[in-house]
Amino acid sequence: MSTDLEVFPPLRPAPPSEPQAAPPLPGAAVAPSYLTEPHGWASWLFTTDHKRIAILYMVTVTLFFFVGGAAATVIRLNLIAPQGSLVSAELYNKLFTAHGIVMVWFFLIPVIPTVLGNFVLPMMIGAKDLAFPRLNLLSWYVFTAGAVITLTAVLFGGVDSGWTFYPPFSTRSSYTYVVPAAVGIIVTGFSTIMTGLNFVITVHTLRAPGMTWGRLPIFVWSNYATSLIMLLATPVLAAVLALIAVERLAGIGIFDPSLGGDPILFQHLFWFYSHPAVYIMILPGMGVVTELVTCFSRKTLFGYKFVAAASICIAGFGFLVWGHHMFVAGQSLLASIAFSALSYLVAIPSAIKVFNWTATMFRGSIAFEAPMLYAVGFILLFTIGGMSGLFLAALAVDQHVHDTYFIIAHFHFIMVGGMVSAYFGGLHYWWPKMTGRLYSRPWSRLAALLIFAGFFLTFLPQFVLGYLGMPRRYHHYPPEFQVLNVLSSAGASILAVGYVLPFFYLFHSLRWGKPAGPNPWQATGLEWQTASPPPKHNFEQTPVITRGPYEYATGGTDHAR
Amino acid sequence: MPAEPPVLEPQFATAEQQRSASVLGMWVFLATEVLLFGGIITAFLATRVFYPHEFERAAGRLNVLIGGINTVVLLASGLGMALAVHAAQKGQRWATLTWLGLTALLGLGFLGLKGYEYFADWRDGLVPRTDGFDPGDVTPGRLTLFMLFYFVLTGLHAVHLSVGLGLVSWLAVRVMRGELPRAGATVAEVVGLYWHFVDVVWIILLPVLYLSGHHEAADLHF
Repeated sequence: MSTDLEVFPPLRPAPPSEPQAAPPLPGAAVAPSYLTEPHGWASWLFTTDHKRIAILYMVTVTLFFFVGGAAATVIRLNLIAPQGSLVSAELYNKLFTAHGIVMVWFFLIPVIPTVLGNFVLPMMIGAKDLAFPRLNLLSWYVFTAGAVITLTAVLFGGVDSGWTFYPPFSTRSSYTYVVPAAVGIIVTGFSTIMTGLNFVITVHTLRAPGMTWGRLPIFVWSNYATSLIMLLATPVLAAVLALIAVERLAGIGIFDPSLGGDPILFQHLFWFYSHPAVYIMILPGMGVVTELVTCFSRKTLFGYKFVAAASICIAGFGFLVWGHHMFVAGQSLLASIAFSALSYLVAIPSAIKVFNWTATMFRGSIAFEAPMLYAVGFILLFTIGGMSGLFLAALAVDQHVHDTYFIIAHFHFIMVGGMVSAYFGGLHYWWPKMTGRLYSRPWSRLAALLIFAGFFLTFLPQFVLGYLGMPRRYHHYPPEFQVLNVLSSAGASILAVGYVLPFFYLFHSLRWGKPAGPNPWQATGLEWQTASPPPKHNFEQTPVITRGPYEYATGGTDHAR
Repeated sequence: MPAEPPVLEPQFATAEQQRSASVLGMWVFLATEVLLFGGIITAFLATRVFYPHEFERAAGRLNVLIGGINTVVLLASGLGMALAVHAAQKGQRWATLTWLGLTALLGLGFLGLKGYEYFADWRDGLVPRTDGFDPGDVTPGRLTLFMLFYFVLTGLHAVHLSVGLGLVSWLAVRVMRGELPRAGATVAEVVGLYWHFVDVVWIILLPVLYLSGHHEAADLHF
C-alpha cells in the first residue's frame, strides 16, 4: 500500500509565511509535539491541552457514530421487505429512537465543535489554549458520563418515543426508560454549554495581537455563532426534559392531556431548543467548508463579511422558526403563517453562503483533493436539503408531506450529506496537522466518492417515498413501496463502506504515512504556521497578525488575468 | 491540585485578560441560567393561562408570610455580598470575611425557612394531598399541577442557592489564604454575580407564585 502514499502535487505557491512564525533556526531547541510529551495514560486523561481533549472527543464521538450507524443499518435491513424482514415492531421503535438520540446528541451536535473546533480554534486565533482549559477537560468527562447513562438506558432498557420524546408517547408508555435517557441528555447538555462558553470567551479575550474580528477565519465565526446557540438553547432542553422526568415520576400532568396537561406546550419548548440545535449541527460544517473551498480553490473568500454575518444571522433566525415543526399539531393558523414566513428568511443567509462558496470556486485553480471532494459534495447535498426545507416551510405542502419520508430525506441531506461530509472533509484537511502524517491520496478520494454516491442512492428514493405518502417511523409498509426501499437500503450499504474506509487508511497513515510538514496544503491559516503536530502551546512565539485569513491571491498572478 | 493556584494561567498574556475572561464567563453562564428558569417559568405561565381560576386559588394558599420574610432575608444577603465584593476589591481581608459570613448566614437562614415552609405546606394539606384546599368548583388535579410547578421552581432555586453557599465558602477559604486583592477580588466579583442572580430569580418567583393569588389576613401564620 506504500505506493498509494504519493506526495501531494505542488499547488500554486502560497504567499510567504508570517515572519514572526518562521521555523526555528537549525540547532535551536524545538518544542516537543503535543502527542509525545508528556507520556502515559494519565497524562492524556488529566490533560488540559485543547489538542489532546480534541483527540479524546474524537475517539468518543467516533464510537458513538458507529453505534448510531449500527442502529441505522438494522433499520435499513428491516425495511427491505414490506412486512419487516428482521426485527419486531417493538424493537424497531427502540432502534429508530436509539439511532436518533445517539446521532443527534452524541455525534452531530458535539462532533465538529469538540473535535475540529477544540483542535484548531485556539490555533486559528493565535492562542495558546482555550480560556478555561480545566472546564474543557471537565466537559469531556461530563459528555462521556451523560452519553453512558443515556446509551445504557437506550440500548439495554429501550426508549420507543422517538428522539423527540413527544408526550404522551414519553409520559404514558410504562415499559421504557425515558427518565434515565432524559437525565443522560441533560447531563450531556452541561458539556455542550461548557464548550460553548469556552469558545465564546476564548474568541472574545484570547485573540492574538492583530487578530481583529474582521480577520477571524470563517470557521471561528461559525463556531462562535454555534456557541451562542448552544448557550441559549440547551438550557431550555434541560428544562423541558426535566419536566418530562418530573411528570413521569410524580404522575402529574404537565404535558399529558389525559391528566390535564398540554402536549403542544411540550412541542413548543422542545422545538425552541431543537430547531436552533439543527443550526448547532450545520453551522460548524459551513465553517469547515469555507476553509476547504478557499484553500483548494487558491482564492480569497468571496464576500468575507457577508459569509461571517450570515453565520450570526442563521443563529439569530434559528430561534424564531421553531413553530414550523408544529404546522399540523394544532397550532393557531396565525402562528403557523408567521413561522412559515420566518422560516423562508433562513434561506437568505444560507443562500448567501452557497453563492459565495460558488463564487469563490469560480475561476479558481481547484485541486480535487479528498477534503475538497467532501466540500463540493457538501455544497450540492446541502443545497438539495435546504431547498427541500423550503417545501416543508410552505404550509400547504407540509400538510401533505409532514411526518413522511420526505422530511427524513430532507434532514438527512442536511445532517448526513451536509454535516457528516463537512466533518469528514475537515478531518481529512486537518489530519496532517493533528498527526503530522499524510494519508493515502487515492483511497481517500475513493472513500469520498463512495460516500457521495451511496448517500444519493440512500436518500433520493426517500424523497419519492415521502411524496407518495410513506410515513416515517413505520415498521412495515405497503408492497408498492418495496422497490424504492430496496434502492435506499442498497445505497446505505455503499454508504457504510464509504464510512468504514477512512478508518483503515487514516490508521494506516499514523504508522506508515509520510511526514506532512507544517503546511502540506499550502494554506494561509495561522494553524498551518506551526509544526505538525504542534507543540503544547501551539506557537513558539505568540504570532502577530497583519492581514486577513484567506489571502491566497496576494502576490500571485490572479489580478493580472 | 496545587496549594495555591498560579496567579496567571499560561493561556493568558495579562492579568487583566484573565480577569475579563472570568467575569465575562460568569455573565455568559448567567445568560444560560436565564434560559433555564425562563423555560420553566414560561411553561408555568402558559399553564396558568389555561387554568387561571385554579392557579389563582392555589397561589392564594401558599405561605406568603414565610415567602415574604424570606424575600427580606435574601435581599439582605445580597447587600452582604455586595459589601463583601467591595471590601475584596479594596483588599480588606477581615471586612471581606465578615460580610461573606453574614451573606452565608442569611443564605442558610433562607434555606432553613424554605425547608420549614415545605413542611408547613405538607402539614396544611397542600401536598401531596389536596384536602387542604377549599372544596368548590376547582379541579383538584389542576391545583396539584400548580403545586408541582411551585416545587420545581422553588426547588431549583434552592439548589442554586446551595451552590451559591458552596461558592461563598470556597471564596472565603481563598480570602483566608491571602489571595486578596488580585485573584481573590476576581473570584469575589464572579461569585457575587452568581449570588445576585439567584436573588433576582427569587424576586421573579415571589410575584409569579405567591402574589398571583388572593391571600386572607387569617392565612398569615407560620
